[in-house]
Amino acid sequence: MARYDRAITVFSPDGHLFQVEYALEAVRKGNAAVGVRGTDTIVLGVEKKSTPKLQDSRSVRKIVSLDTHIALACAGLKADARVLINRARIECQSHRLTVEDPVTVEYITRYIAGLQQKYTQSGGVRPFGLSTLIVGFDPYSGVPALYQTDPSGTFSAWKANATGRNSNSMREFLEKNYKETSGQETVKLAIRALLEVVESGGKNIEIAVMTKEHGLRQLEEAEIDAIVAEIEAEKAAAEAAKKAPSRDT
Amino acid sequence: MECVFGLVGDGFALVAADTSAVHSILVHKSNEDKVMILDSHKLLGASGEAGDRVQFTEYIQKNVHLYEFRNGIPLTTAATANFTRGELAIALRKNPYFVNILLAGYDKNIGPSLYYIDYIATLHKVDKGAFGYGSYFTLSMMDRHYKSGMSLEEAIDLVDKCIIEIRSRLVVAPPNFVIKIVDKDGAREYAWRESIKDAGVSAA
Repeated sequence: MARYDRAITVFSPDGHLFQVEYALEAVRKGNAAVGVRGTDTIVLGVEKKSTPKLQDSRSVRKIVSLDTHIALACAGLKADARVLINRARIECQSHRLTVEDPVTVEYITRYIAGLQQKYTQSGGVRPFGLSTLIVGFDPYSGVPALYQTDPSGTFSAWKANATGRNSNSMREFLEKNYKETSGQETVKLAIRALLEVVESGGKNIEIAVMTKEHGLRQLEEAEIDAIVAEIEAEKAAAEAAKKAPSRDT
Repeated sequence: MECVFGLVGDGFALVAADTSAVHSILVHKSNEDKVMILDSHKLLGASGEAGDRVQFTEYIQKNVHLYEFRNGIPLTTAATANFTRGELAIALRKNPYFVNILLAGYDKNIGPSLYYIDYIATLHKVDKGAFGYGSYFTLSMMDRHYKSGMSLEEAIDLVDKCIIEIRSRLVVAPPNFVIKIVDKDGAREYAWRESIKDAGVSAA
């Protein structure tokens, strides 16, 4: 491989931008993140690295709010995320100041993706090693939305999606099990997807639920544990039903 | 002409302001809200040049919101007052804003507070304050009748006294006023004192 990955603005002869591909690799190595769009709730979930005994686990947040009606979860380099989140938050307030309206989910996604794209085409910079899931309710119609961006700066809208470590198996799970859900069912679906690749327990998962009325709410560890226990009980029940087909039929 | 005044009571602070948008001798409208709800527990009453007032208060509001999103906790009222003063002081040496501000807020563990910030970036923590032509009457009214730890009823009574004084003694008295309060339950509109309604558009 000859020097086509030194200056990032240079194509390799076969049409690749190596630095962008490396950034995508950083995302694939990053923590798993999942987003599920329900009818009245949107759920974001991320895998939490096990925190050292003495660390305050609350000081590391991977799901943040950009504005009252918009939240973001990311997979990849945490340090890069801080820069991106900061810029997005400024844009949210700046948009309100200039046009007296809150941003729409699509607008802020386009802004973030645009920023990420800039860092693939400017000199002296490297791309963001980040893939983000952006969720929120449209401030006017109240329609829920889920978007994804990646290091190259492309973005797309989804009903449910995953990114980061083992995102493929989570996406497959979602494709198989996705239904139009609402309320607690949406939360369950997101956690079930996450449990495909993460060890169960509230310690390893961070979940945030967004509703139109109450905005973003991060679930407590105990709440997550309760839902995980519920899911496992359901799983066990389903398994038992399979093993012993009902005798009275 | 403009009248903005506020006071601190027992567990709450309030800001009242006239609601006239005036240019020269002409009244453009009489339902212009000059008391902004800055965030969940802050009120920002402002008087001064109409354009500057809107521009500057919105700028402060957006920055206070940005701070809250970045840090996960809101600014205290004292911090907001100092930030506002700082922004005014910086602008004062370049292209000054002509706005006078009364900032009322409620903080957990601190309680209600009121800050006086004028257009040349003076900052005072006060129990009662006023700006505009109305201040000639409201300040003396409050000097006479204000006491610390007033109940909401007493405070509203005093506000009404002030409004009556303005209406009866000020040549260019504005017709309508808005009163907003902030306490542990948040910042909200409390009441309007209207002597005329804006004439509706007659059906063509």
